[in-house]
Amino acid sequence: MTTTSLTSDLGLAPSSSPTHGGTGRGRRLRLGAGQHLKGGPFTYVSLIIVGLGSVLPLYWTLVAASHDQQRVLDNPPPLVPGGRLWSNLQAAWEQAHLGKAIVNTAVVAGCITVATLFFCTLAGYAFAKMRFRGRGFLMTAVIATLTIPPQLSVVPLFMMMSNIGWGGRLESVIFPTLVGAFGVFFMRQYLLEALPYELIEAAKVDGANNFRIVWSVVLPVARPAMMVLGMLTFVQAWNDFFWPFLALNQENPTIQVALGQLSASYTPDQSIVMAGALISTLPLLLVFVIFGKQIVGGIMAGAVKG
Amino acid sequence: MATTPSSPGVYASATGGSGSTPTGQGRSAWRSRLWRFDDMASPYAYIAPFFLIFGAFGLYPLLYTGWIALHRVEMTGLDQSEWVGWENFSKILQDSEFWTAVFNTFVIGVISTVPQLLVALGLAHLLNYKLRASTFWRTLILTPYATSVATAALVFALVFRADGGLLNWVLHFVGFGNTDWGNGEWTSKIAISVIVIWRWTGYNALIYLAAMQSVPTELYEAASIDGATRWQQFRKVTIPSLRPTILFTIVISTIGSMQLFGEPLLLQGGTLGSIGGSEHQYETLSIYLYNYGWKLGHLGPAAAVAWTMLALLLLIALINWIIGRFMRKSAV
Repeated sequence: MTTTSLTSDLGLAPSSSPTHGGTGRGRRLRLGAGQHLKGGPFTYVSLIIVGLGSVLPLYWTLVAASHDQQRVLDNPPPLVPGGRLWSNLQAAWEQAHLGKAIVNTAVVAGCITVATLFFCTLAGYAFAKMRFRGRGFLMTAVIATLTIPPQLSVVPLFMMMSNIGWGGRLESVIFPTLVGAFGVFFMRQYLLEALPYELIEAAKVDGANNFRIVWSVVLPVARPAMMVLGMLTFVQAWNDFFWPFLALNQENPTIQVALGQLSASYTPDQSIVMAGALISTLPLLLVFVIFGKQIVGGIMAGAVKG
Repeated sequence: MATTPSSPGVYASATGGSGSTPTGQGRSAWRSRLWRFDDMASPYAYIAPFFLIFGAFGLYPLLYTGWIALHRVEMTGLDQSEWVGWENFSKILQDSEFWTAVFNTFVIGVISTVPQLLVALGLAHLLNYKLRASTFWRTLILTPYATSVATAALVFALVFRADGGLLNWVLHFVGFGNTDWGNGEWTSKIAISVIVIWRWTGYNALIYLAAMQSVPTELYEAASIDGATRWQQFRKVTIPSLRPTILFTIVISTIGSMQLFGEPLLLQGGTLGSIGGSEHQYETLSIYLYNYGWKLGHLGPAAAVAWTMLALLLLIALINWIIGRFMRKSAV
């Protein structure tokens, strides 16, 4: 079990209890099991190479988005940004209706994130701290749903959506993703250790009903994990491609769908496609720059299976 | 240890909110029944949304797929269906393009998963050292995770271009550089694998890192007292401790490679994308399904493809289970 690592991996322990703030080093010594060794030059050189490899394609997106198409496909290819970034961004914005696509994506990702947080926290709390018949079996069932790829159900899903009048509408991509197994599992793991039974008991003694307990005890404790889950969910919803590409059309796309259709057109202007790619990625990169630490912590915390 | 942020506040608000002390006898009996009902029903109410959504948009369509697979349903008339029995299955099973797609999915799955997980393992090992700016490195290798399939595929499409592509230009310095990546039987598969590897290596490295950090220090101390070198420690302590995590990532990556869609669709773009290249050289099962259902408009065969994918997944799960058992046995 991962008992100690969850709260600390989230990068939350220091902020939630200031007394722990100074012991970061000590904690890492205890947890950073195995290797107390410092990384040598080889380590840093390898990390720099991998790090460059990670960001170079994004850098080249910027380069390609700031030249005209001819220059992008020239030999040798451009290696530094040119001066046409703004006009390419404008062209992408107008030609591919990216403005509408961005708004659509924000609506979709926003709805999915809010709903996921609400439902997953409730379910995670129930699985972590409440006793009820079938709990173990139902939790296994939740995890098992993770192994089902969306491909298996898109055909009838498409038919259902057009039957109930959601064909081509945002509802068709929002509703199937309102609550996910990963989120339930993630909140459960966090609440298992972050929420002491004594708190719940105390609230019960004070006469709080179950919903009251959720509102005034569970939610405040869960808030840090909800932040992280919210960001992970938002990134995933923003980037989702397969089902939105099948469900939505050119008139009412998300940003990923619009990008896919831009490249599928007969003679796509590569520098404008790259400008579109840049527009679609920038918001998330911004989130990563600001909340990188929390996202890293969240992935690591969610990764270790109980 | 488990932290209790704002615990005083929680107590305060809980106390303040309970403005009722039971008074009358009859009322309190009724109340206690209500309490018991609240205690019994609440957990089910809390987990209900997940199961309702999954039932409506996951399980029900999954079973419905089986029904459609036995009918003729066309994109042009979604409300009409006609029983055709096993015709859809025999149609796709006799289609050589289907078997090409199965083969491609399998090959791309292997050449994208194996290097990815090996590199991720090594990377996690490096990140597990005491580093300056450790959060910076972790975030840096995770940036591809923030990049969507569409963006990644479109950038790499440019990089892998035969004419004026960045990669060919770099390769021409060492005497290569005329590779037609997208049109080659193997080079196109490599190109798609590179996109997959780029997007997921950092993510998997973080998963391994998390697992490495939960390995008890005592194991390493004991090993180093016994005179084990660093490499021996890695092989005899780290890897065995990570075995469940490694198996977990293999399962996740296998399921992921069954889903490859955006990468092949956008590698060359246009109409080539929806048939997986001029010779179907990088057509995956998801592309085949999409092409049958959405481009050609025959939903029956598309549903049959979905169920064959389910069968393949179950087969892979079985193999995984057997390997898992075998590994556990050989570990003892």
